[in-house]
Amino acid sequence: MASLWRYVLAGLGLAALLAGILAAVYLTALQAPQRAEIARSKKTTNGLFVASFEPERGVIRQGELQSWLLTLRTGAGTPVEGAAITISGGMPQHRHGLPTSPQATDYLGDGCYRIDGVKFTMSGLWQLHFAISAAAGSDTVVFNVLL
Amino acid sequence: MNRFSRLFALLAMAVLAGCGKPAFSDAEKKTIASLGLSALPPLKADTSNRFADVPAAAALGATLFFDVGMSGDGKVSCSTCHKIDRQFQDDLPQAVGAGRTNRRTMPLAGVAHDAWLFWDGRRDSLWAQALAPLENPLEQAGNRAAYAHYIKARFGERYERIFGPLPDLSTVPANASPLGSDAEKAAWNAMPAAQAEAVNRVFANIGKAIAAFERSIAPPQTRFDRFAAALATGTQLPQGDDAMSPEEILGLKLFIGKANCVTCHTGPRFTDGSFHNTGVPPVANLPPDRGRMDAVAQVEADPFNCFGAFRDGDASACGELRFMVKAGPELVRAYKTPSLRGAATRAPYMHAGQFSSLDEVVAHYSKAPASVEGVSEVHPLQLSNRERAALVAFLKTLAE
Ligand code: HEC
Ligand code: HEC
Repeated sequence: MASLWRYVLAGLGLAALLAGILAAVYLTALQAPQRAEIARSKKTTNGLFVASFEPERGVIRQGELQSWLLTLRTGAGTPVEGAAITISGGMPQHRHGLPTSPQATDYLGDGCYRIDGVKFTMSGLWQLHFAISAAAGSDTVVFNVLL
Repeated sequence: MNRFSRLFALLAMAVLAGCGKPAFSDAEKKTIASLGLSALPPLKADTSNRFADVPAAAALGATLFFDVGMSGDGKVSCSTCHKIDRQFQDDLPQAVGAGRTNRRTMPLAGVAHDAWLFWDGRRDSLWAQALAPLENPLEQAGNRAAYAHYIKARFGERYERIFGPLPDLSTVPANASPLGSDAEKAAWNAMPAAQAEAVNRVFANIGKAIAAFERSIAPPQTRFDRFAAALATGTQLPQGDDAMSPEEILGLKLFIGKANCVTCHTGPRFTDGSFHNTGVPPVANLPPDRGRMDAVAQVEADPFNCFGAFRDGDASACGELRFMVKAGPELVRAYKTPSLRGAATRAPYMHAGQFSSLDEVVAHYSKAPASVEGVSEVHPLQLSNRERAALVAFLKTLAE
């Protein structure tokens, strides 16, 4: 009887260990997108500008056309005027592009550009790539947006 | 002794197998709540159609929708294909009107929530969409001059109470349209511009009345919705009428988890309203069909699109058209994600009725064959027989 108990306990222990490992794997897998870097303000790839990207009305709404604001400054903090901006992107985890083609439609002053026609059709991790070209030169920046 | 230990082992297994673990994680619960019908937002105003929410316009639209007089041969109406007792579709792989079309009739529940209409989205509003079948030689096969005369003769008073005075049609040819037969085109081209414009205006208003009616076609509540609502409020798994079987729950978990269905079939209508290539094979003997790829130019060229002269309100309604994706390999054989509500009771499936059962649909996703043209966005799932059956069982909860 004693030996039987040992087997049962050992079995239980092993099963618990397995459950623990499974849970850990499951949880990290679930959390992966959450850990993606989702800063709303950052240096552009070659450090030419500091860019920040925010929804114009503050909140992100799934499935609706929205305006966002892209603000560009030089390292010294001067607003970047007259920039030409092109936008692309998609969902890296699902290998598809953006459902719309957003455009910079307005310069609002103070380095701030309105990016219109942004739409996120599903929850998950989205990426927006900006190619920026201004008097100071050309640079790119990628923003991650998590829904 | 032996019996005791066996009992203990059984108990331990039961605990480990999940009796202790909640049926859904918090993330799963959140997704399930987002799919329930109660998450459906109220229909947005359509400022491009100022009659969209006018009851008299909807009533006239309903009359026209079911009226076979609205066709070239007096035999076809919208409801010939969009049958009211069949979820506004016809159970055929390809629709049949005046002729046999190349696509499957789409069900209409909740269609007013969509920005793009048709499998390939070649129209950008419900009212512009309604004009296409009226003149399509395979569908209602009429022409806009004839429709204007018919409206005046049959529904003149009702029309004028909603839209204002009808134009003088006394010198408008009986049959004329820029899209019709050679004779109809010639007759159309001979009309003075103002007269053509006046006929176009009546034609657009026909679309606006029909669109007002279609806005009332809403998806009904299903067993899944009761389950989702009960799950959101309760602490236990929903019971009785609101319950889902273990197989259905497994299907639901696959749908929002490992099988990735929810990435496209998202939100309370189970659609993202967007276009995807899912590798559905073409039908032999039908003309080549490149889906969204060829629709972009068509919606841009449509004189009744949001940028056109027949839109009400201002151009702020035209964001979808303005920011439309116009090019790119992902448009090839991309089709609009269909809603899955009610799908279980309206076979066949896909844009040309390629699959005759949900088993075939799920087998397709499990295998995920390459697309004949363009690149499929879906990837093989290698689902077991049990998992495939579970997905089908779950889809059935969306149709009862
Ligand atoms: C001959 C059958 C037939 C007739 C008649 C017909 N339809 Fe359709 N309907 C279809 C088919 C087929 C499609 C999909 C066609 C495509 O994508 O090319 C469709 C698509 C639609 C859609 C798009 C739904 C969506 O989710 O995008 C709407 C709305 C619609 N029809 C409304 C109407 C109205 C209104 C009428 C009458 C004015 C009408 N239909 C007449 C067969 C028909
Ligand atoms: C990449 C986006 C995407 C994913 C992922 C996806 N679907 Fe679809 N689904 C579509 C599109 C697009 C169609 C229409 C394709 C066509 O007609 O060619 C469709 C069609 C269907 C249909 C037929 C509905 C009808 O009315 O014809 C069913 C059922 C369906 N999908 C179920 C599923 C299930 C179950 C899964 C998960 C295993 C899934 N889908 C995953 C985009 C997707």
